[in-house]
Amino acid sequence: MRADFPALQQNVHGRPLVYLDNAATTQKPRSVIEALVHYYERDNSNVHRGVHALSERATAAYESARERVRAFLNAAQREEIVFTRGTTESINLVAQSFLRPRLTPGDEILITGMEHHSNIVPWQLLCEQTGAVLKVVPITDDGELVYAEFERLLNRRTRLLGVVQVSNALGTVNPVARMIKAAHAQDVPVLVDGAQAVAHLPVDVRALDADFYAFSSHKIFGPTGLGVLYAKRRLLEDMPPYQGGGDMILTVSFERSTWNALPYKFEAGTPHIAGAVGLGAALDYLESVGLPGIAAHEHALLDYATDAVRTVKGLRLIGTANEKAGILSFVMDGVHPHDIGTIVDAEGVAIRTGHHCAMPVMERFGVPATARASFALYNTRADVDALVHALHRVNQLFAN
Amino acid sequence: MSDLRELYQEVVIDHGRRPRNFRALTPVTHQAEGFNPLCGDRLTLYLNVVDGVIRDAGFQGSGCAISTASASLMTEHLKGKTPAEAEAVFRQFHSLMTGDGAAGEDKLGKLTVLSGVKEFPTRVKCATLAWHTLQAALHRETQPVSTE
Repeated sequence: MRADFPALQQNVHGRPLVYLDNAATTQKPRSVIEALVHYYERDNSNVHRGVHALSERATAAYESARERVRAFLNAAQREEIVFTRGTTESINLVAQSFLRPRLTPGDEILITGMEHHSNIVPWQLLCEQTGAVLKVVPITDDGELVYAEFERLLNRRTRLLGVVQVSNALGTVNPVARMIKAAHAQDVPVLVDGAQAVAHLPVDVRALDADFYAFSSHKIFGPTGLGVLYAKRRLLEDMPPYQGGGDMILTVSFERSTWNALPYKFEAGTPHIAGAVGLGAALDYLESVGLPGIAAHEHALLDYATDAVRTVKGLRLIGTANEKAGILSFVMDGVHPHDIGTIVDAEGVAIRTGHHCAMPVMERFGVPATARASFALYNTRADVDALVHALHRVNQLFAN
Repeated sequence: MSDLRELYQEVVIDHGRRPRNFRALTPVTHQAEGFNPLCGDRLTLYLNVVDGVIRDAGFQGSGCAISTASASLMTEHLKGKTPAEAEAVFRQFHSLMTGDGAAGEDKLGKLTVLSGVKEFPTRVKCATLAWHTLQAALHRETQPVSTE
């Protein structure tokens, strides 16, 4: 399977690349790269406009990618799949187009203490604009939600719950199905940030009953610059456009414009057509491997890695929830994560160091930053062994 | 690994682990905060400038070995210098970091132990954080400075 990923076939600093920064972005299989090349070499055109052959092909390719995403998420209708620039834009769209008109001062938006900045800041902006208040579900020392606090904070003033399915900083898998059920019992709509989930576990938005589900193409082996917002049709129909421009209108006059049908009402301007084509190819690839198998493989790898890093002197895991996806966040005694990152990079091992756009999580655990290894379907035990070997080198270098 | 040894020289690891002048100053005439949002490194730099000379320098904060060692070595180096001399050192230090060496090295002394950073472009910001904070401190005084 590694052979399917050209970027993995290289040496870095004279050593074979060990790529363990998949939570930041994933490498692309050859089929995705070829789909992009094919699109640009043969079909490149604008969508939904031209009557010529290339425009028809581009439109067909773009819309078939939308259908591919619909099937992947098990959404009921293709109109419920909106292409955006990424998870971040998907969340901002919901904040501004869905929630903003519904808020009055004193209303509450509920999120959790392990959100990525992209599921914090859009709500903070909204609170500033409307006088609403942001409420945060605390997390335990293991990196799990304090569920009783979630139930307590969910109340009749809550207008939306925003929750990350898999934490990018801790690896925690949150009980989103149960949370959605609890929220719906109080008529609270729910947005799920699925950026770290979709490449690692099967997602069914209808089984979850999620109102909004957001993810990014580049974290699931597709191109950067493209994201998806799934939303229930009845919610999208009531929402005003997020941005104005071409393609999102039915008619325009200087007195009044009318909006295009779903999902185009939310896709102003020329979209990232090639990106959608690439995402479609990525989902085909993922399906050919099979998500249940991927989840099992990554889970076994995480268990192996969790045991293996325990041999590294002074290493402490941040995020030890019972339910975790393939993310290993850690700190080491007397060595700052940046120094860890540089030293393991010299061994050809790519990890992420820093706050992972989750500064409140760092604050919660009293660390300025962590080092993070994150796995994808192509990672192996040999990759983990290389990481552990490199971490021993860190200690050697810093030992006096 | 030879480059790594060049980057993490013993003096660097020592200053990273046991930074000198790691304290707030009283009295303090100049103070500034430095922050590297990319990595979360932050430090507060304190200077006591009397009669146009940096009599004392200290810092507090958290950062990697490179940024901590750089701040530690800088505060040692600054004592007894005028602000203008300090800025001249920064110019040389910066050119050492970027590897062009155009500004010379005659004023750097012990600071040259950080020369290995130039082989690690992503770490230059770590090494220069304290120095940028120094510039901010010198140009935005918390209290009137006697001479400048």
